[in-house]
Amino acid sequence: MSNLKNLTRRPEFAAFVGTLFVFLFFTYFGWPTFIKPLVTAGWLNVAAELGLIALPVALVMIAGHLDLSVGSILAAGAMTYAILTGHFGLPDFIGLPAGLVVGTFFGFLNGLIVTKTKLNSFIVTLAMMFGLRGLVFGITRLTTSTVLVSVEVSEAVKSTFGGRLFPSIQKVFDYFTGKDQFLSQYVNLRPFSTFENAIVLWVIMALVVSWILYKTKYGNWIFALGGDETSARAAGVPVERVTIALFMGSGFGSALLGVTQVALFGSAQVSAGQSYVFFSIIAVVVGGVLLTGGYGSPIGVIFGTITFAIVSQGIYSTGWDSDWSSLILGLLLLIAVLTNNTFRRLALSSGDKKVSARPVTNKATAPKEASND
Amino acid sequence: MTEKRTPYISVEKVSKVFGGYVALNEVSLEIHQGEVLCLLGDNGAGKSTLIKVLSGFHQPTSGIIRVEGQEHPIKSPRDAADLGISTVHQFGGTFPLMTLERSFFAGREPTKGWGPFEVFDSKTAGEIVVREMQAMGITRVTDGKRLVGSLSGGERQVSAIARAVYFGAKVMILDEPTAALGVKEAAHVLRIIMQAKQRGLAVVLVTHNVTHAMTVGDHFAVLIHGAKADDFRRGERTREQITDLMAGGEAMAELEAELESYRTAN
Repeated sequence: MSNLKNLTRRPEFAAFVGTLFVFLFFTYFGWPTFIKPLVTAGWLNVAAELGLIALPVALVMIAGHLDLSVGSILAAGAMTYAILTGHFGLPDFIGLPAGLVVGTFFGFLNGLIVTKTKLNSFIVTLAMMFGLRGLVFGITRLTTSTVLVSVEVSEAVKSTFGGRLFPSIQKVFDYFTGKDQFLSQYVNLRPFSTFENAIVLWVIMALVVSWILYKTKYGNWIFALGGDETSARAAGVPVERVTIALFMGSGFGSALLGVTQVALFGSAQVSAGQSYVFFSIIAVVVGGVLLTGGYGSPIGVIFGTITFAIVSQGIYSTGWDSDWSSLILGLLLLIAVLTNNTFRRLALSSGDKKVSARPVTNKATAPKEASND
Repeated sequence: MTEKRTPYISVEKVSKVFGGYVALNEVSLEIHQGEVLCLLGDNGAGKSTLIKVLSGFHQPTSGIIRVEGQEHPIKSPRDAADLGISTVHQFGGTFPLMTLERSFFAGREPTKGWGPFEVFDSKTAGEIVVREMQAMGITRVTDGKRLVGSLSGGERQVSAIARAVYFGAKVMILDEPTAALGVKEAAHVLRIIMQAKQRGLAVVLVTHNVTHAMTVGDHFAVLIHGAKADDFRRGERTREQITDLMAGGEAMAELEAELESYRTAN
């Protein structure tokens, strides 16, 4: 009983219920199409790609910041990779890491500006979103005189970043057994052929982010920073370094998705990725992260991401017009925030005795330049 | 009157000017270990500014700060922490959505393992926080995993004090610790303050509750409009004198006269 109660008080519980609900919803209305491997691959791929951004963005949001520049950074990372390899003919092992470095660098820049100027990260990353998009457009047009750069992706990159999951697994088996198409002799892989390698990257990302937040002291610093920056600073948390590192993380995640998409599609577009700005915020908030920071969990964000993916893809198996998926997403976001608030209140109320849980609105702001005693 | 000994921290003619506004005007104070110094004053009297100077958030415009007799500016909150100055704000546990063990050790986490596998030692942290809370009379806390926000205001205040004591604070600055508390909880916090004092800590208690100040205070300073209006030791002033001084004397008399005329009119 008390275990069940504890479970419901975990930050990811509401997100889990949400995922379960949309899954059952589309299983019912989309029967039997929705549960087919092809459709499952459809939403799982969307979840995996979004998850690469949503997980590091979740850390940024738990620390009380926002990152609106993920779309532009995605394009910057993808373009760097595409231009270096597709246009200048450099090998993948230079172009791909360069894309990741560029993404991480612009994340670093975000963090640096936020900590140095004390401006709200909403404004800083909004400026970055537009500024960087312009820069990517300009540089791409200057060097390649197009806005779409195609790349001849090597096999090595295809079977790790881009490409499909089961051909990659098949290759691993073939390598160790020395036979050709070893796995296909035993299992019919055809229905599973559309799962992307991004799913593996997503799992790795989830493990790393969960490790950081749950297990290390840095996780503690992130929560403290989002709870109250002034108190975190007073407690000895290196606020600036943590903030910069978190923005570097979301920059890296965005660029990782950027290069993954290049590897998958064989080309990069300057306007890629902008939809991820809001998608990532929806996934994170549906996943139970408090928009003002200080509360949330990676497991919840994984559920939030899956919920988003199921709603955006599940609609296609119902036979309804896909226009309705945005309506469902909007409603879902609203419902999710309301449910999360309820569950958070539950978590704050202690079980054994009636206590006056103080509302969480006494967030002190950064040290002001005037006394307020 | 008082024995001449070196105060742990002395503030000498410290002023702080924001733009053209003088928030602190040549304030001098002595903070001794094993004593409770009560900083009294109305809203806007400069108490918070003084605290922020002592905790390293503000730099004084003029004046000097000495630590154990040596001139020693407090340049940052980190600096203050290194000197053993710990500030507990009004709402005590300021991370309501963190677990008690995580919040208690924020910035000073016990860890085990090494390199990338160095992990937050949740077991040790939980044991310590429960032990420290129990020692301070909060016996209801038996699990370090409960959220800070689920504690009452007084319990959060006590947990913040426990944290300061546990990490070896020498000076504990308490900003209105009893302001939001009920009578019983306030009494408990005052008891904890006396315990801390007996352990040899210097306590700076900022309050505008004269009763609470007179219960635990050894030394009192009254701030009015950023300047020190009075400085006295326990027993040298009556409660009425202090209240009048804090409210600016005349203002209080005026209010009483007004109320009196209201009463006679009805």
